[in-house]
Amino acid sequence: MTALLEVRDLATHFATRTGVVRAVDGVTLSLAPGEIIGLVGESGSGKSVTGFSILGLVDPPGRIVRGSVRFEGRELVGLPHGELRSLRGRRIAMVFQDPSATLNPVLTILDQMRLALEAHERIGKAAARARAAEILTRVGIPDAGRRLDSYPHQLSGGMRQRVAIAIALLNRPALVVCDEPTTALDVSIQAQILAEMKSLARESGTALIWISHDLSTVSALASRILVMYAGRVVEEGTVGDVLSAPRHPYTRGLLDSLPSLATPGQDLRQIPGAMPSLSDPPPGCAFAPRCAHAVDACTAMPDLVGAGGRGVRCHRPLGDAP
Amino acid sequence: MREATVKMSVLLGTIFNPARRLPGGQAFDGDMLGYFLQRLAQALVVMLVISALVFAGVYGIGNPIDVLLSPDATQAIREATIKAYGLDQPLWVQYRDFLLRLAAGDFGRSFVFNMPVLELILSRLPATLELTLLAVFGATFAGVPLGMYAGYRPDGIAARAIMAFSVLGFSVPTFWIGLVLILTFAVTLGWLPAGGRGETADLFGVPFSFLTLDGWSYLALPALNLSLFKFAMMVRLARAGTRETMLGDAVKFARAAGESEWTILHRHVLRLIAIPIVTVFGLEFGSTLAFAVVTETIFSWPGVGKLIIDSISSLDRPVMVAYLMLVAFLFILINFLVDIAYAALDPRLRAARAR
Ligand SMILES: Nc1ncnc2c1ncn2[C@@H]1O[C@H](COP(=O)(O)OP(=O)(O)OP(=O)(O)O)[C@@H](O)[C@H]1O
Ligand SMILES: [Mg+2]
Repeated sequence: MTALLEVRDLATHFATRTGVVRAVDGVTLSLAPGEIIGLVGESGSGKSVTGFSILGLVDPPGRIVRGSVRFEGRELVGLPHGELRSLRGRRIAMVFQDPSATLNPVLTILDQMRLALEAHERIGKAAARARAAEILTRVGIPDAGRRLDSYPHQLSGGMRQRVAIAIALLNRPALVVCDEPTTALDVSIQAQILAEMKSLARESGTALIWISHDLSTVSALASRILVMYAGRVVEEGTVGDVLSAPRHPYTRGLLDSLPSLATPGQDLRQIPGAMPSLSDPPPGCAFAPRCAHAVDACTAMPDLVGAGGRGVRCHRPLGDAP
Repeated sequence: MREATVKMSVLLGTIFNPARRLPGGQAFDGDMLGYFLQRLAQALVVMLVISALVFAGVYGIGNPIDVLLSPDATQAIREATIKAYGLDQPLWVQYRDFLLRLAAGDFGRSFVFNMPVLELILSRLPATLELTLLAVFGATFAGVPLGMYAGYRPDGIAARAIMAFSVLGFSVPTFWIGLVLILTFAVTLGWLPAGGRGETADLFGVPFSFLTLDGWSYLALPALNLSLFKFAMMVRLARAGTRETMLGDAVKFARAAGESEWTILHRHVLRLIAIPIVTVFGLEFGSTLAFAVVTETIFSWPGVGKLIIDSISSLDRPVMVAYLMLVAFLFILINFLVDIAYAALDPRLRAARAR
């Protein structure tokens, strides 16, 4: 099967006053049509920047400094702005984390959906309204025809995020990058939206990159998981493999800190320490300073090793015979 | 901007025709009516307070009797005149009489021009109005796009040039720019006249300069002079607003949907930065209408600014009082219109107001 998206050795750096922040530093991933993958990692690990880089939406002072993003056989890094713009929203879309900030507060839902439609085709008012109402209904908004004339502040957070998802799905893209779209919502709404996204993606054959810091959310949705740490992928594999037999000590740490997997009554275990500065990272494995298994060899950068979509970036992966 | 003006006219329509609906499908209901009545009551109280302050203030700056009479008037004439104008009465009686006459729509007569004050001011107002409108609209229509551009490409050479020019507009005093303009375009180059109003044509029986080509040549320099400061302010506002909104998630999301930069600027950003711009527009319009004194003096533009300066130097009390009250009224009206414009521009405020 040919891949829908192939990201190879992608690096996005921010040239700030205090130095170069290596937010994404050599990410490689691939995605088949209709596939759902999860991108997890703690705050600041570079998940959002990876997503923005795929769409070419990195704001200055950020810049893609190396690597390639091939989408439907086309190289997106260095693609002229006009061609990139025509792909965005039509073939690749994105949903952001905070639904209260993504919609324009002074435009009606219909106006915003029309702008997204008109970006790619000439469409009459009535047709646009019908399309918008239909897609709102599909993402689970009751009474969609009336909601179209609302302003964002008249909707709940969950409804706003559904609108944002509807706008992303409006032109039936092949890939949607979902940047923690449910993090700001309460748990029951989160579960609803998750289930709806899964069935929507399956129906329309849309591939998803689901970004989250929460392994349990991702495992409910994705077939494969990539774990990011300090701008790099440190472990990848199927959901089953990664959850039941994590090989990177960082993944193990993430799993141990999950409430749903802990023994009741026992304290959740946290990973000690914090992620290193991305502008001045330690040599070698970025996780080594926090790692209980670190040895001298860890001061050299380990490669991502493995085959068949199962990989780990560690000198002493868990589960190996010592 | 066009959309905003359409909404504005819809809103104005709703004030005069309560059966129409506000944009956003919100009914013009009792709450809105209550809001208008409340604003009206507030306005009346403010006007009353202002009138007392103005009356007392003007009373304090000298005795107009010396202006009213020639120096060789006899004592008898002097006393008769004082009585006729009620100047022998205590302040509060004079104020009461003033209010009573005001209630009947009578602002009094100018001592100097010996004509009804209201008529006098209204005869000078069109000149100031056209000058002010030209200056404020010109500054807005030039300043907002340039400011937005400077905010969109903040590091470009064009943005730097625009900002440098706006600093000039801010820091150089109006009278100095006025003199330089006259020196350059009227004296040295001889392209434009240095002062006066030029040929006028009537619209609804009121003379305006902007209706003739000759009139435009007279309008150009004073309007330019008046607009420079406002232009600088609009540039700064638009630039700051654009810079901020361009970094926000709303713009990023619009980009992720494939919208073009032009669409983003004029459909998203312009709407998002409109509120401060409308505020400044209103305040500048009001203050320029009231106090275009410096420019009108330099260019001998026969507007109200020149009238008020003349009336102060000749202690023409009724003109001063009426004028200052008119100014206060104007500001109340403009504030009100700006508030309405807010509601048209920002649906969140609309909801809060109706509650
Ligand atoms: N505009 C910027 N300027 C400088 N550094 C930036 C900028 N944007 C992001 N970064 C840096 O890039 C790193 C990765 O950020 P990113 O937003 O991708 O993290 P994340 O994994 O999405 O975290 P979160 O879970 O908090 O959303 C962070 O350390 C951040 O400081
Ligand atoms: Mg993020």
